[in-house]
Amino acid sequence: MSTPLTQSAQALAEQIAAGDRSAVEVATAFLDRIEEVDGAVHAFLHVDRGGALAAAAAVDAARARGEDLGPLAGVPVAVKDVLATAGMPTTAGSRILAGWVPPYDATVVTRLREAGLVILGKTNMDEFAMGSSTEHSAFGPTYNPWDLARTPGGSGGGSAAALAAFEAPLALGTDTGGSIRQPAAVTATVGAKPTYGGVSRYGLIALASSLDQVGPCARTVADAALLHAVIAGHDPRDSTSLPSPVPPVVQASTATDLAGLRVGVVSELSGDGYQPGVLARFDEAVAGLEARGASVHEVSCPHFGYALAAYYLILPSEASSNLARFDGVRFGYRAGVEPGHTVEEMMTATRGEGFGPEVVRRIVLGTYALSAGYYDQYYGKAQKVRTLVQRDFATAFDTVDVLVSPTTPTTAFLLGEKLADPLAMYLNDVATIPANLAGVPALSVPVGLAGEDGLPVGLQVMAPVLRDDLLYRLGAVVEADAVARHGVSLPGPGVLDV
Amino acid sequence: MSEPALVAFDDAVTSFDPVIGLEVHVELATASKMFCGCSTQFGGEPNSQTCPVCLGLPGSLPVVNAGAVEAAVRLGLALHCTIAASSTFARKNYFYPDMPKNFQTTQYDQPICVDGYLDVDVPVDGSVRRFRVEIERAHLEEDTGKSLHVGGATGRIHGADYSLVDYNRAGIPLLEIVTRPVEGAGALAPLVARQYVTELRAIVQAIGISDALMHQGSLRCDANVSLRATPTAALGTRTETKNINSLRSIERAVRYEICRQAAVLSGGGRIVQETRHWHEDTGLTTSGRTKEEAEDYRYFPEPDLAPLTPDAAWVASVGASLPELPQETRARVRQEWGLDDLELTQLTNAGVLDLVVATVAAGAPPAAARKWWLGELARLANEAGVEPDALGVAPHQVARVVALVDTGALTEALARQVVAGVLAGEGDPDEVVAARGLAVVNDDDALLAAVDEAVAAHPDVADKVRAGKVSAVGVIVGAVMKQTRGQANAARVRELALDRLGAADIE
Repeated sequence: MSTPLTQSAQALAEQIAAGDRSAVEVATAFLDRIEEVDGAVHAFLHVDRGGALAAAAAVDAARARGEDLGPLAGVPVAVKDVLATAGMPTTAGSRILAGWVPPYDATVVTRLREAGLVILGKTNMDEFAMGSSTEHSAFGPTYNPWDLARTPGGSGGGSAAALAAFEAPLALGTDTGGSIRQPAAVTATVGAKPTYGGVSRYGLIALASSLDQVGPCARTVADAALLHAVIAGHDPRDSTSLPSPVPPVVQASTATDLAGLRVGVVSELSGDGYQPGVLARFDEAVAGLEARGASVHEVSCPHFGYALAAYYLILPSEASSNLARFDGVRFGYRAGVEPGHTVEEMMTATRGEGFGPEVVRRIVLGTYALSAGYYDQYYGKAQKVRTLVQRDFATAFDTVDVLVSPTTPTTAFLLGEKLADPLAMYLNDVATIPANLAGVPALSVPVGLAGEDGLPVGLQVMAPVLRDDLLYRLGAVVEADAVARHGVSLPGPGVLDV
Repeated sequence: MSEPALVAFDDAVTSFDPVIGLEVHVELATASKMFCGCSTQFGGEPNSQTCPVCLGLPGSLPVVNAGAVEAAVRLGLALHCTIAASSTFARKNYFYPDMPKNFQTTQYDQPICVDGYLDVDVPVDGSVRRFRVEIERAHLEEDTGKSLHVGGATGRIHGADYSLVDYNRAGIPLLEIVTRPVEGAGALAPLVARQYVTELRAIVQAIGISDALMHQGSLRCDANVSLRATPTAALGTRTETKNINSLRSIERAVRYEICRQAAVLSGGGRIVQETRHWHEDTGLTTSGRTKEEAEDYRYFPEPDLAPLTPDAAWVASVGASLPELPQETRARVRQEWGLDDLELTQLTNAGVLDLVVATVAAGAPPAAARKWWLGELARLANEAGVEPDALGVAPHQVARVVALVDTGALTEALARQVVAGVLAGEGDPDEVVAARGLAVVNDDDALLAAVDEAVAAHPDVADKVRAGKVSAVGVIVGAVMKQTRGQANAARVRELALDRLGAADIE
């Protein structure tokens, strides 16, 4: 049989269920691939070969006993290192958590295990998910398999790069302002941010609680939908988890036409600041939608222009509080201090040494924004903008079923290119942030390569709350059209041959 | 200390108008914590009642304890509060090692209970004056862990060699009840403060939401005090006294603070807005943190929790399930037992009303139940330094003792011995009677022998009685009682002694 590395997760699951391959064989292939290429990619912070092989063997044994296997049983998955994994180090990309081993599993990790997925290890990320390039990881950057001189986006660059480098067929990401979708776009992979509350956050080390959402990363829309279905659904441990049934995402991902679907193109997420090659691929993809039965409309969301500013007040405010617990008292890194020190001195030294500069920047911003006398001016005002962004979506969804835009303004940028300019880095997320502010679901799907640099371009779909199925319906058709037009987008030959 | 000498209390309240405010924290007696399923049991091995949530481990999330919400609603309704149709949690951010997340999840601008009141009765010159204390709010929050500072002289964090933290208490649900400024109490302010907490505690206990034991910290009180020149002047700068751990200390601490502030103001100084610590041993407050040093808590809405939106019909059903409240109990027993205000206040002040009610419910006549709880049992509790309800004798046991006295099986003196036996852990009253062989001696032969012995021992007294000084027979009776260790029927001894000495009982 051909290598399992390039197979879809769905195909792997079918082969394992049919007995054509064992789960151990599949896991071994991916673990060996990681060993082979991760020195160059650095997608993983921790690889759990023993645990993965044991989980795979358990799936094989269950199959041998004739037990019913779930739709993704035996398929390997990489988990972003911001999700708690019992018995496996979890660092959130930060020195302050180096060596910390959680005593519990995040709910989504429990669901992976229960569904028989095989956890390969933990993927690299910007520290505490703060960043758009994975360069803010305390453990070194991840390199984009399309061009190792470029970043794979962030914060979930590790998960996206692991998929693009065929180190894993599936991965979990988290998305606070685009951390699943932006890396997906620049690595030609698929990533979805579910409806806020659609997937449990229990065990997700919080960046900004009101924006964070766990979501699936995959190489195909159908694979992403299968993983979405495994992790989604109500969790009594997360008070913001919705009690609603999971939208029919798997069924939607098999769509081949868009009859009657009204698609809105957001006029504010285009034009100035967007790379011509990105717009060309995007326009081409949108133009194809009408042939599939959709109607395309231009839609204005006038407050999206303020979303980035509001986001960079709400996120640091919540983060400044969420990150207060990292103080060296109960877990993680503790700074060495002189005998006779006070506990305050220990906490201060721990935080000073344990946090990287981007984390410090956002804690300082958030602390300031929440300060007495400034709250109304900053945090309060940002929440008003958030409400206006939500209204923009509501108004738009009165006339169209989904909204589309380029996922990112540009293709993958060079390592170091934006490191010294935080604002330029933040602007990467201009198209992805509105969905987080409004809690609506969004997905990025590859639409080919930009003409000027040959790097991947992603199209973003946004849908109303709890209509995650629409993401997959449109995504499946866009994906099929792009493949028909350009073939499957794979990292160029010579970089990382499979 | 640079504090000026205190002004005498009477002078202080003549020169100034005191205004008080009280913040009471009640630890709710829910089985599990505010935001997780850990046990709230008091006194467990350190850190044995913890989980990722109450330890604030990365990734953990809170879930509101419905039992705590119900407890808040119960108290809110008992205090005539409005139950908010929607209330929210917020984060109060500050760093402290016994606070796992370095923020406290609490209710801030939208508390669950608002705008209530509590009427408190304060005895004044032979009658009772009623003060209405307005409740601004009651809100839910979580408790912190406990630090133990090892080494150093003070047991406080400064100077300690190292500190240990026990997170068993972290996350235990608290209900904080905050009054509006209480004005117009004048010289009665310290007493109003004490009576308010006494009454609040009684309600909390009656509705079963907490054991409300101040010495265990399940009820804590902070007292705000300010002075102003006249009752119509603007409110003065206030201080907040913490670390008050008994009802009596509330009165003392408020009284002290009034005298201290009067001294500062009379000396031309100004009051610093600050936290002060009450010292039970010295009866003083000392300066803690001033407002200038106070933290900016950077409150903001807790994004991990949805608003509480209790259903109106459910709130009504909670209200309907409330038991008789202490004030209602007092009104009832006042009428049924025919007590006046002062007699009632005596019972409540001594903290024995519920005990008396329970003793009566167990069959004792009200008068006897009152006499025991206000007399012998109050004395024993005082000696032991505990509240009467913690003395170790239950109302049904007291009722049994009363019954034994009523039937003549015990004398009062014997009954006291029985109570002592119960307190010594010898079992129920009947068991103590049996084990100690306590029974009234009615056997005339035995008593006569004892009388003869006493007469022989006190010939001069016997002569006086024979000469007609009947009252002197008490010495003989006393000697007999002493010899029989209180078990003799004293009335019969007297009869026998007078008969023996040929004197008529002319009393």
